[in-house]
This record gives sequence, structure tokens and C-alpha cells, in this order.
Amino acid sequence: MKKFILKRLGLAAISLFLLSLTIFLLIRISGDPAVLLAEPGASAADLEAIRNQFGLNRPLWIQYVSFISHLFRADFGQSFYYRTDVFELYLSRLPASLMLAAAAMVFSLIIGIPTGIVAAVRVNKWQDSIGKIFALLGLSMPSFWVGLVMILFFSVYLGWLPSSGSGTVLHLVMPAIALGWVFAAAHMRLTRSSMLEVLGSEYVKLARLKGLPEALVISKHAFKNALIPVLTLAGVNLVIMVNTAVIVETVFAWPGVGRLLFEGIAFRDFPIVQASILLGGTMIVVVNLVVDILYAVIDPRIRYEG
Amino acid sequence: MTGPLLDIRRLSTHYVSARGTRVTRAVDDITLSLDQGQTLGIVGESGSGKTTLALTLLRMLPPAARIVSGEMLFEGADLLKKSEGEMRRIRGKRIAMILQDPMMSLNPLFTVGDQVAEPIRVHEGAPRRSAWRRATELLKAVRIAAPERRVREYPHQLSGGMRQRIVGAIAISCEPKILIADEPTTSLDLTIQAQYLKLLRDLQRAHNLALIFITHNLGIVAKMCDRVAVMYAGRLVEAGPVKQIYNAPAHPYTQALLESIPRLGDSRKRLTAIDGQPPDPSAPPPGCAFHPRCPKVMDRCRVEAPPEFRVADGQTSRCWLSAPASDRTEVRA
Repeated sequence: MKKFILKRLGLAAISLFLLSLTIFLLIRISGDPAVLLAEPGASAADLEAIRNQFGLNRPLWIQYVSFISHLFRADFGQSFYYRTDVFELYLSRLPASLMLAAAAMVFSLIIGIPTGIVAAVRVNKWQDSIGKIFALLGLSMPSFWVGLVMILFFSVYLGWLPSSGSGTVLHLVMPAIALGWVFAAAHMRLTRSSMLEVLGSEYVKLARLKGLPEALVISKHAFKNALIPVLTLAGVNLVIMVNTAVIVETVFAWPGVGRLLFEGIAFRDFPIVQASILLGGTMIVVVNLVVDILYAVIDPRIRYEG
Repeated sequence: MTGPLLDIRRLSTHYVSARGTRVTRAVDDITLSLDQGQTLGIVGESGSGKTTLALTLLRMLPPAARIVSGEMLFEGADLLKKSEGEMRRIRGKRIAMILQDPMMSLNPLFTVGDQVAEPIRVHEGAPRRSAWRRATELLKAVRIAAPERRVREYPHQLSGGMRQRIVGAIAISCEPKILIADEPTTSLDLTIQAQYLKLLRDLQRAHNLALIFITHNLGIVAKMCDRVAVMYAGRLVEAGPVKQIYNAPAHPYTQALLESIPRLGDSRKRLTAIDGQPPDPSAPPPGCAFHPRCPKVMDRCRVEAPPEFRVADGQTSRCWLSAPASDRTEVRA
């Protein structure tokens, strides 16, 4: 188990290195950073002065080392617009995003797993057909549209829920559903297919041959095996939720990192965009690592292979 | 109890396609019986209906299958008339089955002990600790070394031969009356195969089990079984005591099967394979299903399927060649 975790940590470190290198090179390819930093219409001498000031005329690899060493000190630079430290800005927005993603995840699993199991157990019956329609709707209705329709219905017509902002649990309901909707459909489809595969397996057949009650066959022998891929996907999806909530957060004016990224792009605030991508990528790598370890806890085969 | 332990009468199981247009007669009008402690070999090519027959006995058929007619008397009571709940209490407890693939039969996420103890806990309501103690004893009974350690291990830590022994231990855990073994040795290598067959025989003697042994290997049948039933395209073409059938096979299909067994040291006689392919089970040829491949085919075979004829004491054959001189004196009218 220890060896397994060490190996995964090594792979995670490599991923992060490649991500930082990509971001670093993309900035250099997409244009002269000095132009971004300078006032519009700056003279060549001014640009040269900026290059000197920020060390942009040093060799690339020295610049990269300097870039990395700043990252290790959590120094992502200053936001052009807010005039504050980008890392602190990001951290201040993160709790709201995590809360939204967690709520959306709970929603998607509560909806997705039971419907997926029912659809698999009642395959080709009416329950399965309803599940298929639900999955199709879930995957084909974009989150901004779901969000706007919900605002129209629950806020404008019924007046039950606040249309935007944050602060109470009620504020969380609609953004969580809008964000979790697509994932509920994805989790349902994966639960169904994974459950179907497991239900057709020899060990489920043997469990039935042993004379176990069908409820036990499904809840013990089938469910735990079928859950493994769903858990993997959910773990990765949680981070994807944090990093793709840009649209939902914008629609509901939710003060998370998604809206921060949106603002960064809208105001050409380059340090914000750079920090959002680096930190988002780091989260994806870390969560993949955690899921791999959890995976090993559930499935002894992975644990012992090391 | 008088009468056989298991008495199958004119049993038919069909697979019906989704639209109901294609009907496959996987088990077609089969009559068989089995006594306590007896070993019955069921032989046939892939697709001849052997496994469907076994699954019919346990009523564990896939949704597309229908048991359309017949009776299955187990200890005098018809299994087809039992409720699903009653069947569940029979499965694993009175009639157990060993599946074809030992590598896939065990759940990878649970320990060996958990899986062996499970039927004991479910059928006998035994508490966890005593069921585990029984599981350890069962592992010893199927000759697994260090059973105290093995019960705590997971299936992937064990070899194929060991896993198949564990599947055997699960099957005998509740001391069933009948054990159905569906090609239990096909995925094992030869030495392990021989050990496993010996183990099955020993278990059978120790528990006075009736064993139904499904295989395509006639050599194994000769070693293991008292009686043999030969299946072809869902039908029982020949059945009887093993010695009698090996010495004097009545049906041309059985004869062909016997000629295709290699014999050690007998190089003069060439091995003969059976010409042609087994029929498409959903569209068998008219008349006797074997007639397109039969070396002794007659005109009558192409149009009329033969009934079951009694050829000797306890031996039956579905072939016109077995018809007595007076012709139409059938076993069953």
C-alpha cells in the first residue's frame, strides 16, 4: 500500500511539472509578456525597461526556474484589475465554489446512482426507458439553459428561490441543480452500464446459485463492484465541477472561482487566468491521486499489485 | 422415499427471440432420472443444450428462456410448481452447481471465507463466527493447504486450481443432495484437472451426492460416471449405463463421438472427426437433427424424427436404426 501511494505521488508530480511547463511556454508563445504589462502605446524603450525589470530577457530555462520558485512560494503575481495578490483572491473565492460543487455532487449522486441501479435491474422495462429519457435530457440540456429556466420558474413565477447571489442554503439550490444536472445523467448512465456488466458476471450468477435473496445479490455482490467506476468518475467530476462552473456561477452571480476566471478573461487580467488554470489543474491531479488511493482501499487487487 | 431422487419427464426449454419470431428448442423433450449417490454424465458439443438443461433444473434461466413443458420431480415434488422463494431455498442448499469458469466465479471484492460462509449463513442462519469456522473446515475438505490463512485472502491471491476448489467448497457447504458440475475442469491444466476430478469423486462418496457432470469430454465421463446421456441439438439421442454405451453405442452420433477419442498407444486406428457442423439450434434440419452428418442416414431420417427406443436394459436411443423389427413399438406411445 505504501509503495502504491509513493508510485502515485511520483506520477502526480510529473503531471504537475508538465502542466506548469505548458502554461509557462503558452505565455511565451501567445505573445510578448512585456506588451501585456506595458501601458498601451508604450515605446520600445519602455518595453525594454519592463523586460529588464521582470527578467524577460534572461534565457528561457532560467525564467522557468524563477517562475517555478515563485509558484512554490504561492506567488502567482498581482491581479491587474483588483491590484491584489492573485493566490489570495483565488483562495477567497474557492470556498464558495467547493460548496457549490459539493452540493451539485450530492444532488447528482442521489439522483444518478439509484436511478442507474433501478434501470439496470429493470433493464428493458418501463423503468429503464424513463431512465434513458432522463439521461438524454440531462446530457442535452445545457446548464445555462437549465439555470435560466429555473430562475424563470422558481424565482420569477413562484418567487420561492432567490435568483442570484449567495448567503443562504436557498441560494445554493438552483445553482447546484443546474450544475449537477448533467452529472446526474452521466452518473446514472455509468451506474446503469456498470451494474449491467456486473449483473451479467459469473460471480453474480454464483451468488444466485448459492440461493441468496435477490436483494442481497444486488446490494452486496453487484452494487459494490458496480460502484468502483462510478466513484472514480464522481471524484474526477467533483474537480471538473469546480473548474467548469464558470457558466453556472456567471448565470447565478455565484462568487466562486468560475466567475473569477470569467472576470479574468473579460478584463484581460492575465495573472488571474494563469492562476485559475494552474490551481484548477493542480486540483484535478490531486483528486485523481485521492481517487486512486480510495480505489485501492475498496479493491484489494489494486492494493496488492502495488 | 421410493423412486429416483430426480426424475425429469419430457422437459422442454425454449429460447424466444425479442420479437417472438425465432424459437430455439435448447432443451427438447428430455426424460432422465438420477438416483442418490449416482453420477450422470451429460455429453454433447457446444450448443447442444447441456448448460440450458442444468440451468433449467435450478430455474436460473436467462429472461429469454421459457420452460414450456415437462416435469422435474425432486424428491417427489415438481420443481416447476415451486414458488421463487422455495426455489431459492433449494438453490445452494439442496441442489448446488459449479460453474464453468473458476477464475470469474468468485467475487473479487470479498474474502474467500466470506464467500464460502455465505450459503451457510443464509440457508442455516448460522452466526458469522461459526459459519467462518465451517468455511475453514470446508477449505480443508477440498484440500487447500493452510485454510486458516486462506479464508482471509482474496480470490486474486489464489491460483486457478485453488479457486475452483473453493467454488467446490461453496457448492458442498450446505451438504446438497445434487451437485451439478458444468465443465468444471475445462480451464484447468491437465494435472490439476485430474486432481480436481478425484476430489469431486471423493466428495461425492463422502456425502453420498448425486453428481451431474456436464462435459464434452467422453474420456472424463468414462472415468467419472455411472450413467451417460448424450445430447444433440437439444435432444437426448442416447442414454444408458456408461459401460454398456461405451461397448455397444446404439446411436451413430455416440459411435462417432467415441471414435473421436484419442487412445494412447493405438496408432493403427486413425482418429475420425465428425464431418460437418452442429446444426443451428434455432433452425434444426427436419427429421432427425443429426441426419446431415450421419454416415448411416436413411430416407426416413430426413423427414421423420425418431422417437426414443429401448435398445437394452436401461439404454435408450433416438435412432431409426434402433427400432425393433416390428418397427413402431416405441418406448412411449
